Amino acid sequence: MHLDHHHSHDGAAAVSADAHRPDGRRRALRIGLGGPVGSGKTATVAALCRALRDELALAVVTNDIYTREDAEFLLREAVLPPERITAVETGACPHTAIRDDISANLEAVEDLEDEVGPLDLILVESGGDNLTATFSKGLVDAQIFVIDVAGGDDIPRKGGPGVTTADLLVVNKTDLAPHVGSDLGRMAADAKAQRAELPVVFQSLRAEDGDGVKDVVAWVREQLTAWAA
Amino acid sequence: MSRAALLVLADGRFPAGGHAHSGGAEAAVKAGRITGAGSLEEFCRGRLHTTGLVSASLAAGAALGLDPVELDGAADARTPSPALRVAARKLGRQLMRAARATWPSPELDALAQEFPKGAHQPVVLGLAARAAGLGAEDAAYCAVYESVSGPASATVRLLSLDPFDATGVLARLTPELDRVARQAVEAARCAVGGGVAALPAASAPLLEIGAEAHAAWAVRLFAS
Ligand SMILES: Nc1nc2c(ncn2[C@@H]2O[C@H](COP(=O)(O)OP(=O)(O)OP(=O)(O)O)[C@@H](O)[C@H]2O)c(=O)[nH]1
Ligand SMILES: [Mg+2]
Repeated sequence: MHLDHHHSHDGAAAVSADAHRPDGRRRALRIGLGGPVGSGKTATVAALCRALRDELALAVVTNDIYTREDAEFLLREAVLPPERITAVETGACPHTAIRDDISANLEAVEDLEDEVGPLDLILVESGGDNLTATFSKGLVDAQIFVIDVAGGDDIPRKGGPGVTTADLLVVNKTDLAPHVGSDLGRMAADAKAQRAELPVVFQSLRAEDGDGVKDVVAWVREQLTAWAA
Repeated sequence: MSRAALLVLADGRFPAGGHAHSGGAEAAVKAGRITGAGSLEEFCRGRLHTTGLVSASLAAGAALGLDPVELDGAADARTPSPALRVAARKLGRQLMRAARATWPSPELDALAQEFPKGAHQPVVLGLAARAAGLGAEDAAYCAVYESVSGPASATVRLLSLDPFDATGVLARLTPELDRVARQAVEAARCAVGGGVAALPAASAPLLEIGAEAHAAWAVRLFAS
């Protein structure tokens, strides 16, 4: 868990990574989801919400690049009530809004806690970006990098900060592997070489039983347990 | 006081949310009013002498110690477009966070308490300059520079404009930046005795109208 145990001055929070809200309560765990365009970030967020919403107080922040499509998809799919989904505008630079200048995202998570809290978990989806886009530790406590098998099975080998350092690497759309000629064994070996002991999940959200997200759910539960400890 | 604090505050990478805003450039590009370096320069000049001057005088006023709540009211009165008021408060809130983390100050804390969802950005900017040990002139310089650097860097992204041309535009405007910053500080000094009504109220109707139209677009790159 990335946490700085320093506390803000009174009033509105001044320091982003504070573990406590101004009222002294522990804030929600924040998990970031990043990765290339179309890899399945929103689909994973939606599946996580469906799996966890009955037992946890959840909210979502989306960072679309030039539309509100991710937020609108989540609203249309009714994975959460509308007041629990906030869209942040990123000014053509999604990685800036999650890494270099996180103020708009911090406001979004704080407003969600103020308005619909207390919350257990806030998922922050980055706009689709490149392999170097990672979340600031001032914004999220842990991050998931989502790639897919159709984006080329050499992505784990190429590495980059997302693939190499994310707390969880998700290789999505395994159902497409036979159709696009991706070698899952090779992707797993390359990921292992890049990430050593950091976990990797292979998933397909097209699974008939709708349970394709179960490994990510298990990982999220572990993070929540560690956060609450 | 450190003069170099001015560089920290004026740096485009100071994490205060500016990168997501175009200062009206996105609407102007769409309307065909900015098509290249020449029209970008005209746009920036117009913005400098209107929004830029007003913002700089508010920032200078806050740096001089005028009541920030009164200044915030003066900023509202000088911002007819609801979309621009929203943008100014959003940016003010983001700057407040960055400033409080960078230069902790009871005055910033008090203003944050007064406006939890954000005071107008130029007012926060002036108070941030004060917290950083800078003066009214420094605050005014930050404001006038932001009034043109925001649209210039947005236009580089929107039109794939040559970044050297965009920087050239900014360089050519610098003598005017000096002039407007001076004017703004003079006005702020008058307001110390004469009240915030003495601050300039120059406005650019096309910026206001463009901002309203822009806020209603379904697809856009920038928040304003
Ligand atoms: N076959 C298959 N398609 C999937 C899977 N997961 C997601 N998709 C589809 O892939 C497309 C992109 O998914 P999204 O979840 O929108 O991807 P994203 O990463 O959020 O995309 P951006 O936000 O635009 O970067 C959609 O059409 C999804 O239905 C999967 O496991 N298998
Ligand atoms: Mg998405």
